[in-house]
Amino acid sequence: MSQIHTLTMPKWGLSMSEGKVNGWLKELGDGISVGDEVVEVESEKIAGAVEAPVAGILRRQVVSEDDIIPVGALLGVIADEEVSDADIDAKVEDFLANFVPPSEDQEEGGPAPVKIEIEGQRLRYLKRGEGGNQVLLIHGFGGDLNNWLFNHEALAAKREVFALDLPGHGESVKAVGDGSLDTLTDRVIGFMDTLGIESAHLVGHSMGGAICLNLAKRAPSRVKSLVLVASAGLGQDINGDYIGGFVESQDRRSLKPLLSELFADTNLVTRQLVEDMLKYKRLEGVTDALRTLAGKLFPEGRQAVTLRPALDAFGKPILVIWGGADQIIPASHAPTPGGRVQVGVLNGKGHMVQMEAANEVNRLIDDFLG
Amino acid sequence: MARKITYQQAINEALDQEMARDPSVIVMGEDNAGGEGSPGEMDAWGGVLGVTKGLYHKHPGRVLDTPISESGFIGAAIGAACNGLRPVAELMFVDFMGVCFDQIFNQAAKFKYMFGGKAETPVVIRTMYGAGFRAAAQHSQCLYSLFTHIPGLKVAIPSNPYDAKGLLIQSIRDNDPVIFMEHKVLYTMEGDVPEESYSVPFGEAAVVREGDDVTIVALGRMVSFAQDAAQALQKNGIHCEIIDPRTTSPLDEDTILESVEKTGRLVVVDESNPRCSMASDIAGLVAQKAFGALKAPIEQVTAPHVPPPFSDALEDLYIPNAAKIESAVSKIREYG
Repeated sequence: MSQIHTLTMPKWGLSMSEGKVNGWLKELGDGISVGDEVVEVESEKIAGAVEAPVAGILRRQVVSEDDIIPVGALLGVIADEEVSDADIDAKVEDFLANFVPPSEDQEEGGPAPVKIEIEGQRLRYLKRGEGGNQVLLIHGFGGDLNNWLFNHEALAAKREVFALDLPGHGESVKAVGDGSLDTLTDRVIGFMDTLGIESAHLVGHSMGGAICLNLAKRAPSRVKSLVLVASAGLGQDINGDYIGGFVESQDRRSLKPLLSELFADTNLVTRQLVEDMLKYKRLEGVTDALRTLAGKLFPEGRQAVTLRPALDAFGKPILVIWGGADQIIPASHAPTPGGRVQVGVLNGKGHMVQMEAANEVNRLIDDFLG
Repeated sequence: MARKITYQQAINEALDQEMARDPSVIVMGEDNAGGEGSPGEMDAWGGVLGVTKGLYHKHPGRVLDTPISESGFIGAAIGAACNGLRPVAELMFVDFMGVCFDQIFNQAAKFKYMFGGKAETPVVIRTMYGAGFRAAAQHSQCLYSLFTHIPGLKVAIPSNPYDAKGLLIQSIRDNDPVIFMEHKVLYTMEGDVPEESYSVPFGEAAVVREGDDVTIVALGRMVSFAQDAAQALQKNGIHCEIIDPRTTSPLDEDTILESVEKTGRLVVVDESNPRCSMASDIAGLVAQKAFGALKAPIEQVTAPHVPPPFSDALEDLYIPNAAKIESAVSKIREYG
């Protein structure tokens, strides 16, 4: 029986309690290798593929397209050829008989974001995992801690991982001061001080990458290593039409095409994703905060701050990840690999590469952090 | 994650945050402070169902109890709005609005037009509507189409706690008179609502659910019934798109028309009586502007042309529900 493996509905983010099956990517009887995308499912927020944790043959497709099932419920079965149908049926029957969908109460007992005040400024963060090995996840312009929805839990299996909402973002304070990289970096250092994080691995996406680089430049002893995902700060190019459009857009009709530029596969831009972004943009102070940040960091369609020298000067390991089809910051900004610098360019993926190719990005970061 | 609060708490929070932000915002209505059953000023009742509870002490002097004279205090609120305040008047049940139609229809709605665009009347009239409370014909009507008919008024109909807070904040900041329609059955509905202040713009419909087969336009309490129906229909492979206009004046025509262009089929769900209703208005809009896209006749799911009945059994029959929406969708799916 040990060679029978169940594929179950993943839990992508705190709010996900059920998922919809978009379709099977492998046929019944197909041979499966570890890491193959087997079935596409969709939460309220986003669609994604469930990867095979093991090799074998796809022996059962328990669900079909458009089915909506709870997190943890059975999607299908992977097993070797020699396993008998009777054994597989017994396993499926056993699973179905014993499966208890997660209740609302259990949900509330899970990890929840925390809000703290640092010098009177509200900052929200979500911590997952335990142990001394600390990792900070820092989102990009217009993002929030949910940008790490598909990465946070995976990375926290072996580490203590904090995702935070930068000022002006998510549920943190909306005031961004002068909107400079130094101001944002100060807030992240303040966060580390408040939580007693002496040093950490910093993982930054887009503008968050520039903050990580700047922090490494200003306080190198606080940074164990850098993971820069589609990072700002490595060149001058940036999609100015996107930045300007995103700041000023206030309705679904204008926002949706812009958000589509963040992904190579525009099907990932779900109704809920657009709706969540509108809810953020309607919050008091957000438009002003974004205007200030954009004016300071990305004036006239260019990146104002280049931190290439900081990257070169940082004497510890660096992992750079980029989506090859990034329409916001071109993948050509990725440095040449060698020495302390590893580079992973994922072809055909967009700016939100950590969402669009979550499994691959998680693997790269996991291997890098060790 | 935003915390969950009720529709009623969301309205209270919107009032509280706007009163804290802008000293010209005042609240007035029957039993808003004091009232039957309350210990008086120690713990004001907060209106007939306690929506404004807690504001009396937080904002001293700015929550006013009024006599049981709708024509008087609605007129006073409109007058105060003309003189620089931003009053939010609570008119218990929309059914009582008739006694102040002159103040609303003929005064508040007309000032901007009569005074060359120079006069502004930033008044909000909050009111409860809808059946399902066993409250009979004079406390259960669904009258938003009356106000939608009048140019110069804006009409907001939140269907959930998030929209209730955001639309009320927008209503208070708007410089025109706004009729804010609260379904009494929705007061206990819970939903995610940000603690921070935000406003939901007028004239922007919500696409509550995406689908390619049938467009369902639903208002207020009917939105959740439409969701139940769509969920059930999906099991039969029918994908419904649900549009919640959120405001009927202004009305987001584009979102409705774009959806029907895609699906070719329309069901409008409106708790009102059917004649001269939002259902007939939206059906007319689509018939005129998206006729070429239609693959089947438009269905309207509404209350019948009778007053809301007092009998529980009859009231249950009177109110549109998920089953009626499902059968309307099935009917136009089977058409040609």
